[in-house]
Amino acid sequence: MSEAFLAILKRDLALAARAGGGGELALVFFLTLVVLVPFALGPDLNLLSRIGPAILWLGALLATLIGLDRLFQGDEEDGSLDLIRASALPLELAVLAKGLAHWLTTGLPLALAAPLLGLLVALPAEAMLPVAGTLLVGTPALSFIGATGAALTAGLKRGGLILPILVAPLTVPVLIFGVSASNSALGGTVPFLTPFLILCALSLATLVIGTIAAAAALRQAD
Amino acid sequence: MASLIELANPTRFMRLSSRLLPWFVGAAALLLAVGFYLAFFVAPADYQQGETIRIMFVHVPAAWLALMFYSMMAVSALGTLVWRHPLADVAQKAAAPIGACFALICLITGALWGKPMWGTYWVWDARLTSVLVLFLIYLGIMALWRTLDDPSRAGRAVAILTLVGFVNVPIIKFSVDWWNTLHQPASVFRAGGPTIHPAMLWPLLILAVGFTLLALALHLVAMRAEIMRRRVRTLTIFEAERLDRLAAEVAI
Amino acid sequence: MSAFGPHAGYILTAYASVVMILGGLILMTWRDHRAQRLALDALEQRGAGRRSGKALS
Repeated sequence: MSEAFLAILKRDLALAARAGGGGELALVFFLTLVVLVPFALGPDLNLLSRIGPAILWLGALLATLIGLDRLFQGDEEDGSLDLIRASALPLELAVLAKGLAHWLTTGLPLALAAPLLGLLVALPAEAMLPVAGTLLVGTPALSFIGATGAALTAGLKRGGLILPILVAPLTVPVLIFGVSASNSALGGTVPFLTPFLILCALSLATLVIGTIAAAAALRQAD
Repeated sequence: MASLIELANPTRFMRLSSRLLPWFVGAAALLLAVGFYLAFFVAPADYQQGETIRIMFVHVPAAWLALMFYSMMAVSALGTLVWRHPLADVAQKAAAPIGACFALICLITGALWGKPMWGTYWVWDARLTSVLVLFLIYLGIMALWRTLDDPSRAGRAVAILTLVGFVNVPIIKFSVDWWNTLHQPASVFRAGGPTIHPAMLWPLLILAVGFTLLALALHLVAMRAEIMRRRVRTLTIFEAERLDRLAAEVAI
Repeated sequence: MSAFGPHAGYILTAYASVVMILGGLILMTWRDHRAQRLALDALEQRGAGRRSGKALS
């Protein structure tokens, strides 16, 4: 059973690495978004450093959502989804493997790149690590909420635009606690750990709910 | 439960709903008329908020109904996924636009109440923000209904989305509360006065029941329309097949 | 107007928007119901529904 799990994980990682798929494109998109913000707001470094964590989080959120519609669509088109459904591996675990692969190729690089992009928005040095940390524990939630949306829209020809519409409202709590944990590292009355731990809890809960819901959606689709 | 199983027969539902509908409409009209009379001409102006308190009489029932219809959709979603009740996804589909309309009413009246009271149309008050997110979820559900064209498949997909949303609504409420207290001092919004005067409570309750009956009547009509739409769809497919067969026979 | 104090405009706009939204919803629902009814009747007139028995009430 764990072999099948690892096989799906490896296959998705290999696909992402070779086909030039989601991963690095999401990273480039993230960079582009962060670069665009100062053009809209003006080059005032004080303002930028104050809203820096928010910019990085918003960029990461959008960059995660943008490639999600392909999560199950490719498998639906070439029939591998039917094979996965027919295999002995519970569909939930297959979804978990795919979601994990998505996070490893999208969320993890985004979190690692965040401190570098933070330089562009004059993020204070003491906020670098917290921002990267919140993105590290927060992006799995985005991947797995998104996996539900991707599973619901897997069979659609034009799933591209509807997916963010379905998923974005559900990401509100993650965004709130991600940004406020980053901000509380910069000062303020709330200790860093309070929102950070709630963010961890959200991620863990989403891991379970998102996996179950996505598997249910994939079962309904055939 | 027995009556729910009986209702599973669409023909029986159509008969029952056509008998119930006039009562719902009549009671709703009566209660709304009485409620609005009391709200406009009998209820006193609030000593703090003045005449603008009259907006509350639609704002609060709209918020209740927006939440109530979402809960109803969540129950229907369970009905679709767990009990496979054939009318559950019909009920769910019919409920979404109605719930969205009440959420929108809540938002608009809230904004129009906020301008004279807080000096701005929109404040990111926790309650208003939660309703806004709820409204977005409603829109997402309606969008998903429109993109999937096979009704039974769409029904199950939307049911899953509704339940995921239902689990999320309290979390969203909690996080928005948290976020709001972090960003704003509590002085901006004081929860609607210490106690509500009975002369205001009565019209509010009457209007709430009236709006609920109106919403339920609309829900029944929308469900009837949806049942007929599905029947039209099936019959059209039958008809097309029949014409196909006829054409084939002629060709032979 | 002045019966509702200095903020009469807001109150009336609020109620007007309620009437508009609910009126629109009622109108749309009713028209949809009627359209489906007509379509169903037309189909049954042509005898399409005969196979599955009686008409819906």
